[in-house]
Amino acid sequence: MITFDDVSKVYPGQKKAALRHVNISIDKGEFVFLVGASGSGKSTFMRLILREYRPTSGRIYVAGKDLSQIRQWKVPELRRQIGTVFQDFRLLPGKTVFENVAFALQVTGRPMPEIKRTVPEVLELVGLKGRETRMADELSGGEQQRVAIARAFVGKPKILLADEPTGNLDPNTSIGIMKLLDRINRRNTTVVMATHDATVVDQMRRRVIELIDGQVVRDQKKGVYGTD
Amino acid sequence: MRHTLSETWLSLRRNVSMTVSVVVTMWVSLSLFGISLLMMQQVNLMKGYWYDKIEITVYLCSTLSGGSTTAGTCEAGQETTDAQRQLIQQQLTANPDVASVIYESKEQAYAEFQQTYKNSPILGTLGVDQMQDSFRVKLVDPQNYQGVVSQAQTMQGVQSVQDLRQVLDPLFSVLNGLRWGTMILAVLLLFAAALQIGNTIRLTAFTRRREIGIMRLVGASNSYITLPFLLESLVAGILGVLAAAATLAVALKFLIIDRAQVSIKSLAWIGWHEFFVAILVLGVVGVILAVVPTLIATRRYLRV
Repeated sequence: MITFDDVSKVYPGQKKAALRHVNISIDKGEFVFLVGASGSGKSTFMRLILREYRPTSGRIYVAGKDLSQIRQWKVPELRRQIGTVFQDFRLLPGKTVFENVAFALQVTGRPMPEIKRTVPEVLELVGLKGRETRMADELSGGEQQRVAIARAFVGKPKILLADEPTGNLDPNTSIGIMKLLDRINRRNTTVVMATHDATVVDQMRRRVIELIDGQVVRDQKKGVYGTD
Repeated sequence: MRHTLSETWLSLRRNVSMTVSVVVTMWVSLSLFGISLLMMQQVNLMKGYWYDKIEITVYLCSTLSGGSTTAGTCEAGQETTDAQRQLIQQQLTANPDVASVIYESKEQAYAEFQQTYKNSPILGTLGVDQMQDSFRVKLVDPQNYQGVVSQAQTMQGVQSVQDLRQVLDPLFSVLNGLRWGTMILAVLLLFAAALQIGNTIRLTAFTRRREIGIMRLVGASNSYITLPFLLESLVAGILGVLAAAATLAVALKFLIIDRAQVSIKSLAWIGWHEFFVAILVLGVVGVILAVVPTLIATRRYLRV
C-alpha cells in the first residue's frame, strides 16, 4: 500500500537530511507505529506520503501510484484516498459535528443525499451518535478527536495517517481513541500512526518502525516502544 | 456549487468594507480609463472629419498687408494686381493635386464673417478693408497638401498660405495630451485597484487558512478552493465595470448627445456606438484586473 524505495529528503537551505535512505514497505490492512524523538523524521515521512513534498531522491509508491509521476492537479485525487488526523484535531470551530464531517464530502463534490446517509453512519462508528448538532469547539478533547477521525474516515480512504493523535489526550481517553483506530484498521484500512506514547504502543503490540536522525533503526513486528 | 456560492456570499459580507473600497477604486479608475478611450475615439473622429475637408487658403495682398514690412511676395501697400491674380488662379488650377479653386473677394469674406459672428461683440471691430481677397483651394487628396502650399507661397502677389491643418494641429495636440494624461492616470489607478484586489483576496485567504488547509487535506480540487475567491473578486470587478459604464453613459448622454451635438453641429461627435466599444474594452480590462491578482494571491495557498 505504501512503499519507500531508498527515499531521502533534504529541506531546502538545510544541510542535514530529514530522511536518509529509507526503505519501507507497508502492506494493505497493516497497522504501523512510527516512533522516534522529535525531529527524527516522522512528520516528514507522513508529509511525503501526502505528497506535500517531493523526496530529494528515491521513489515513493502510495496506493499503487508512483508519487513522482503523478501530476500536480491529480494530487487532490491521491489525498481522497488518505485520511489524516492530527494532534490538534483541526476542526472548524464555528461548525457543528455533522457539518465538520460533512465538510470533507462537500468539498470533494459529493451529492447531498450521499452526505446525509454517510455522515451519521460514520458518527455512529466513532461513538458520537446523537451529538450531530453540537458545536465542534464545545466538545471535550477526546470527542473532538473522534470528530476528526470521522472526518478522515468518511470518504472511505484506503490509508489513515495519524500524527500523534493521542498527544493532547489523557491516558483513558487515549485508550478509547486507540480502540477506534483499531476498529477502523479492522475495516481493511491501512493505519500509520506517528507517536510518542509508549503505553499505547506497548499495549497494541503492532509493527513498530523507529526513526533516529532520519534513518530507520528498527522495523519490528509486534514491537514495543523502547528497545531496552 | 451551492456550497461555493454560499462561501462567496459569506466572504463578500464579511469583507463588505474591503469589497466596497475595491468596487469604488475599480469604478473611478475604469471611468477614467473609459473617458480616455472615448476621447481617443472623439479625436480620431474629429481628425477624420476635418482632414477630409482640408482646404488651402491663399491670401492675396491688400493695401493693409505688411504695412511697413512686406509679407509673403507682397510689395508694401500694394494690392495684388489683376494680372497676378489671374496667373495665380491659372497656375493653381493647372496643378494635378488641386480639385477646385474658388475665388473669395474681401466683400464676400466680410459677409461670411458677419454671418459667423453675428452674435459676437467682435462683429463691430472689423470692416471690409480688414478682410482679404483669397483663393480657396480644394485638394484631390487632403493628405497631399505640402506641394500645393509651397507652390502657392512662391507666386507673386501672395501674402500668405494657410492650410487648415496648421490651425487644427495645436488643437489636436492639446486633445492628445489630455487623452494621454487621463490614460496615464487611469492606468496608475487601475494598477492600484489590481493591488488592492490582490491584498483583499490575500486577507480573505489568510482568515480562511484553516478551512483551506482542511480542504487541501481531504482532497478538494484546486479549482474548488479557488472558485469562491475568483467569484468574490469577479463580483467586485463587474460591479466596478457596471458603475463605470453607468457613469460614462450619463456623461455621454448629457454632455455630448444633449449638449455638444446640439450646439456644435459642424463637428462629428461620438455616440452610442463608440460608447459600446469603450464598454467592451472596460469589461475585458475589469475582468482581467479582477482575475489575475486573485490567481496570483491564492497561488501561494494552493501550492501543494
